Amino acid sequence: MHNKSIKELAAGLRAKEFSSVELTQAMLARILQFQSINSFITVNEDFALQQAKNADARIAQGDFGLLTGIPMAHKDIFCTLGVKTSCGSRMLDNFIAPYNATVVDKLTAAGTVMLGKLNMDEFAMGSSNETSFYGPVKNPWSLDAVPGGSSGGSAAAVAAHLAVCATGTDTGGSIRQPASHCGITGLKPTYGRVSRYGMIAYASSLDQGGPMARSAEDCAIMLQAMAGFDDKDSTSVDLPVPDYQAGLAKDINGLKIGVPKQFFGDGLAHEVAKIIQQAINDYQKLGAVVKEVDMPNLKLAIPAYYIIAPAECSANLSRFDGVRFGYRCADPQDLTDLFTRSRGEGFGKEVKRRILMGTYALSAGYYDAYYLKAQKIRRLISEDFKRVLKEVDVIMGPVAPTTAFGIGEKMGNPIEMYLSDIYTIAINLAGLPAMSIPAGFAAGKPVGLQIIGDYFAEEKLLNIAHQYQLTTDWHRQSPKGFE
Amino acid sequence: MTLTADDVRKIAHLARLGIQQDDVESYAQDLSGILALMQQMGETNADNVAPMAHPLDQSQRLRADNVTEVNNRDNFQAIAPQTEAGLYLVPKVIE
Repeated sequence: MHNKSIKELAAGLRAKEFSSVELTQAMLARILQFQSINSFITVNEDFALQQAKNADARIAQGDFGLLTGIPMAHKDIFCTLGVKTSCGSRMLDNFIAPYNATVVDKLTAAGTVMLGKLNMDEFAMGSSNETSFYGPVKNPWSLDAVPGGSSGGSAAAVAAHLAVCATGTDTGGSIRQPASHCGITGLKPTYGRVSRYGMIAYASSLDQGGPMARSAEDCAIMLQAMAGFDDKDSTSVDLPVPDYQAGLAKDINGLKIGVPKQFFGDGLAHEVAKIIQQAINDYQKLGAVVKEVDMPNLKLAIPAYYIIAPAECSANLSRFDGVRFGYRCADPQDLTDLFTRSRGEGFGKEVKRRILMGTYALSAGYYDAYYLKAQKIRRLISEDFKRVLKEVDVIMGPVAPTTAFGIGEKMGNPIEMYLSDIYTIAINLAGLPAMSIPAGFAAGKPVGLQIIGDYFAEEKLLNIAHQYQLTTDWHRQSPKGFE
Repeated sequence: MTLTADDVRKIAHLARLGIQQDDVESYAQDLSGILALMQQMGETNADNVAPMAHPLDQSQRLRADNVTEVNNRDNFQAIAPQTEAGLYLVPKVIE
């Protein structure tokens, strides 16, 4: 039952073919069996089984929805009351969250069972899951390759059928890139669509939580539970949440797809380009019209992002000071020593690199040249998208320039690692929604197609993705050994 | 723009971030490399563009000035490294 869709599982639970406790036990057994891929940081059996029992009781009383009794897992960036929330860092290795993130509360209220907390790049800073304090995650499709990052544990666990679905977060591609590398479906919603309350902040003007699952249909069901206004998040947007499932069936005949020529330049692996082109051709067969579009400022997304995100990170991570929670160094000599050593010993190298970069970009004398300039570039990039999205319904292209690279391959070269986010980060700068859906395999490794929509067009993205998944079976493939 | 080891030490101090002596040089190299990447921005004229701080150009939402939170001090302090009588303890600042 571990490879069924949410709807199939919900039907099985309703028909009493199996209970949520049985389903949860089966998933917990798989997590144990495949623990060598290192996708989980924390597995909470008793907690999960208790939630499963509660779900079974609700189902028996006739009080249930599609997610009631479905075993899933949360990226370890979401605070979970009474359960360790490490954010992949030594800094929070001892942090038992004193409250739930809104996303966790909402999915719990929908009846989901939390199997545990998923591995991730430290404080979501990374594109390979290798910056985690808990070690790298292995890609189920190729065990010596990375799963992508930062939501690498989420993508690997879903691909390996260790969780039916998972939460992820996306600041510069952290849902889409691992979804692409692990052959699953992931959606980064419009900024403000999903509450950031209790989601540990990395770059607050870019961070957004979203669903990661096998199919667009599963993502639609998850997003239905996750989205909506939250009083506790000052950037949450107060707009009605559409019925995402109802939108899936809409006909996409006449859909206008924009393909930016900048997405197919140097650096895109030939075999990835071929698969993306094929997927776009497949959409044409479904009645879509394709148009080449020009987005001249896209190339500036990486420099602008690597000013803005580190600047926000350096401010956000100043809260980790060894005083109120998290790691504290031994025998601090004075207050400065307490701050400096707790942070020096608690943070890993990539996090430190970004704090240094951000502190520099915000420091006196450099602010205008870097931070202000980056914010201006951000507007130019955003205007490129706005202009193009007036002409077309969605934009399509690759998620990542290559398939999953080898573990250790890029760790020595941070810039090369940053460049692997070239097709995803512009979307975060603009705040738009975007998906990655499985579109094929190159040398046995999955390739994701990116679909970018206008603000709050999640319903349309899910619809477009679902229509493709009705006629393809890339999303139904399982990695060898994990079937 | 190249950062020196001294620049890195100065930035690390501003961020109250301890870094190993042996790592200073590699941070200086990494950050210089990242700054070189930033030079691309200089080639684009954005003088008359308004800076964009927020993706939806949202303004801060206001709310009525009512107490909405309950006192959770004990819960929050239960996970603190060191507390006493409801206070967080740090090394002595004033002799």
